[in-house]
Amino acid sequence: MAKFEISRRKFLTGASLGASGIMLSGCDAFDSQLSIGSGLRSFLENANGLTYRAQRLLAGRDALAPEFTEADIRQPQRPNGVTSPDDDDYKALLANNFADWRLEVSGLVEKPLSLSREQLMNMPSRTQITRHDCVEGWSCIAKWTGTPLSLLLDQAVVKPQARYVMFHCLDTIDRSLSGDIKYYGTIDLIDARHPQTILAYGLNGKPLPVENGAPLRVRVERQLGYKMPKYLYKIELVDGFADVGGGRGGYWEDNGYDWYGGI
Amino acid sequence: MESVATSQSATGLGSPASTERPLIYRQSRWTRLTHWLWAISLFFMLLSGLQIFNARPQLYIGKQSGFGYNNTIFEIGAENTSTGTRGYTEIFGHRFDTTGVLGWSGPAGNETARGFPSWATIPSYYDLGTARVIHFFFAWILTTTLIVWFVASLVNGHIRRDLAPRLDDLKRLPQDIIDHAKLKFHHTREYNTLQKMAYGGVLFVLLPLMVITGLAMSPSMNSVLPFLNEVLGGRQTARTIHFTVMLLLVGFFVIHILMILAAGPINELRSIITGWYRTDPPAHDDKTPERSA
Repeated sequence: MAKFEISRRKFLTGASLGASGIMLSGCDAFDSQLSIGSGLRSFLENANGLTYRAQRLLAGRDALAPEFTEADIRQPQRPNGVTSPDDDDYKALLANNFADWRLEVSGLVEKPLSLSREQLMNMPSRTQITRHDCVEGWSCIAKWTGTPLSLLLDQAVVKPQARYVMFHCLDTIDRSLSGDIKYYGTIDLIDARHPQTILAYGLNGKPLPVENGAPLRVRVERQLGYKMPKYLYKIELVDGFADVGGGRGGYWEDNGYDWYGGI
Repeated sequence: MESVATSQSATGLGSPASTERPLIYRQSRWTRLTHWLWAISLFFMLLSGLQIFNARPQLYIGKQSGFGYNNTIFEIGAENTSTGTRGYTEIFGHRFDTTGVLGWSGPAGNETARGFPSWATIPSYYDLGTARVIHFFFAWILTTTLIVWFVASLVNGHIRRDLAPRLDDLKRLPQDIIDHAKLKFHHTREYNTLQKMAYGGVLFVLLPLMVITGLAMSPSMNSVLPFLNEVLGGRQTARTIHFTVMLLLVGFFVIHILMILAAGPINELRSIITGWYRTDPPAHDDKTPERSA
């Protein structure tokens, strides 16, 4: 008994010294294990897949994000990220008030589309007052008007092997050694066909301003802001995204954000 | 699970029977396992949570963040003054200079504007994406542990026997407070009233509230549980509550550690590692054993 007592005491002393050592020096050591692609990082990222499956199970395909009233619109929609694209092609389109802009729907579809802004706005629309939640932590309520993405998918006839919708944007969000990085992102077909997923051209009863993504941006109301690209010009149906950009399905995802942004 | 072992040999003094301090089995394996899983997950959730907070070091009341109006109740920031950049913390409109810790911190001459300082966040450098990966991984661990603990503690009687408050506890409360204030600790199988209140408050109020306010911040969960934000007062209020519960949990942790140090850290640690706890000698001259206060 006495022997056990002493060894246990030694163990406890050693353990607490060890633990405090880890606490003090461990944070910096931990940092280096967290870079994208590292084993520990990849292991921790599994939680995102778990969250995705759990929330899909609970929320189903069509459960609606909360909608608000006109009285809840108390301020302009706060813009974030790129607010004034510097790209020549974008500036040329803007100078012409987007008369030459077209939305392309391509990839794994039977009938690729190329729609003018007018054609898009002549389609049935949906208006919704929803809350935009930024990954940073802030929220803002605004009224969005646009074409349900499901209508475009139906019109283009999605091939059975398609799994994701990839959004291609006109704005350069970053520059790398290999060139400009344009914003892009992906969502699954469940979110793409969700009743509140619209391609918005109107904000608070007015045309979508440049800072909020003119001429067209995505609204995916059950996800965070970084899943809703602005300055949209091409929608591509794909069966995977491993070969695009950093291979993680979006600009922010390539920079370490989780692909599933429903949390 | 109730076991008692005499410990005369352990004291090594051949003390008389009346001063024997029996080793009793106090913490079940479920209590010990979940305790340490919580310790680990709360550690990582706190430090990654402070990093997440740094992305928007402000708290608001209501459904949204006020940009065109003011509903900010808490803010950490940095401002340029005549004496250089200063860090500040503002609570309900009252501003405090927190240079070096909150708002403006880092190695001398190399300070940066950040809410919580580098040493208090994981990762230490600013990285919201990575902090979220860590936070949500441990959120699963924390929540699973909470459910496992609840089921196990219902089945093995821990909740009913050790945590459920009784009328006696209420009567003992004043004496219990006095004893704690005098740092006079009793070592018994049972938790005292303040322990029951603290542990019960953490397990049945704070941790569930943390999970609920966490879920309330998820736009996907808002489509499943739309009433949650309404009950909590809006998504930004939920975030503010989430942060406030964090402060309360940190407060609990500090007191928890102080109490362990004051009550005998070796004995306390032994009971939460092995389950065995050395109690006070039983009072033989009294028919009812002296209860812990």
